[in-house]
Amino acid sequence: MTPGNSTVVRFEDVSLHFGDTPALDHVSFEMHAGETFVLLGAAGSGKTMLLKVAVGLVQADSGKVSLFGQEITHLREQDLFDIRAKVGILFQEGGLFDSLTIAENVAYPLTNARSLKHAESSTNGNGARSTEDRVRESLRFVELEQTLDKFPNELSGGMRRRVGIARAVVAEPALLLYDSPTAGLDPITANTIIALILKERDLRNTATIMVTHRYLDGHLMANFRYNPNSGQTERVVRNGKDVGQVTTKFLVMNAGRLVFEGTETELQASKDPYVRKFVREGGA
Amino acid sequence: MSIRAFRNIFRAPHYADDIFMQMDVIGVGSLFIVSLIGLFSGIVMALQMARALTQYGAQGQVGQIVAITLVRELGPVLTAVLVAGRNASGIASELGSMKVTEQIDAMRALGTDPIQKLVTPRLIATAFVLPLLTIISDFIGLAGGYFIASTMLGLTFSEYWTTAWQALEYNDLAQGLIKPFVFAIIIALVGCFYGMRTSGGTQGVGRATTRAVVSSSVWIFVLTAFITYVWNRVFVKQ
Repeated sequence: MTPGNSTVVRFEDVSLHFGDTPALDHVSFEMHAGETFVLLGAAGSGKTMLLKVAVGLVQADSGKVSLFGQEITHLREQDLFDIRAKVGILFQEGGLFDSLTIAENVAYPLTNARSLKHAESSTNGNGARSTEDRVRESLRFVELEQTLDKFPNELSGGMRRRVGIARAVVAEPALLLYDSPTAGLDPITANTIIALILKERDLRNTATIMVTHRYLDGHLMANFRYNPNSGQTERVVRNGKDVGQVTTKFLVMNAGRLVFEGTETELQASKDPYVRKFVREGGA
Repeated sequence: MSIRAFRNIFRAPHYADDIFMQMDVIGVGSLFIVSLIGLFSGIVMALQMARALTQYGAQGQVGQIVAITLVRELGPVLTAVLVAGRNASGIASELGSMKVTEQIDAMRALGTDPIQKLVTPRLIATAFVLPLLTIISDFIGLAGGYFIASTMLGLTFSEYWTTAWQALEYNDLAQGLIKPFVFAIIIALVGCFYGMRTSGGTQGVGRATTRAVVSSSVWIFVLTAFITYVWNRVFVKQ
């Protein structure tokens, strides 16, 4: 997977406070098309808020936030809808609509007029697929095609998370944001979720930001890729041979500040005790 | 939020399905309890008035007093308080749950304006069905009054209904319809307001629900006093 030149997300000295507590403290970084960012940090360090600020769900107090080259810091909600249509988000709590079936939940980005515009343009060359086809395809992607007519409360936590992924990817967005996709899941389900995230990233070359407090998730993102021929995930370096480049950066947040930005090797070599804690506890 | 909710009434997209669903939830769902309370408020009013009016030999005026009291004040206020208890709480808890489970954020992230999708349909539905519920409640209350007037005071059908009908002026009917319309706006907006700003998990949902009911009920009593005062000053010849 090769990163493109175009900037997908840019934070320039972004700060956000809730009362006296800083949620984001002078955060700056830049992410390009095709890149993967793994955002590590303890609970309350500002990871989720960073994602919300990135798509304008929360407005920063100061600094500039750009999405796909357009500054969104002071855009009105109505104007943000078109830009958000290019972004898929998996929320920590799933964010599935209780009153809608799984099929309706996954179809939501497509049946919404503004998102549809983007979704239609992204299907160029695929012909006009109906919403139902795309919903089925998306649910098949997360191996939950049989749940079409069920409601979210009929599914397990892991299944809801997978439906959340199906909804996030159905409109084929250029950027995917995952907020703690493996939080509260058993290791087997967590690995299934990471495998799905890898599959989506590597099949569509989607820029990905994944918030997590598990170093292992980041390690998998940095060292594994999806092989469309075998339909399996595989190590990037196997038997000493590089089977494909993965550009994964690690960001570490502490009390709203970005305290580390770099590759996994740099992360493992970091002397910062806070950063080291993640690597040590991850045990990878 | 209120300004955006009103502005969205005239802006696309319009969520007609959501409006009809809310009408069903609020209107049809409240019909039985509103009818029951209307019936018993008419009965109690007639019982109280029968005793007082009999002392002056004016028991024939029961229909008149029940009609004026119910249509001008009791009908709109009791119906609104019931709907506030049932629906302001329902709205606040539903939207509050959506807020704490990030469904509102998801909606915004997926390109839907939550005010347009969630608040405006509830506002339109409540503003439409509360006056209708009030009319039904008033009528059933008058019927309850007739039941007492006929069984305890021996009034005939025409004696009761003629005095009741003649006692009402257009002005009373207008007042009796404008009040529930205003109360409906308050109930919907207060419920949505507390729901949309819920924080703090399930405890927060509970707090939002309680605040919505208390706040909308207080507003109903404050506004009925205010509307009655203004109405009497502007429309009623002294």
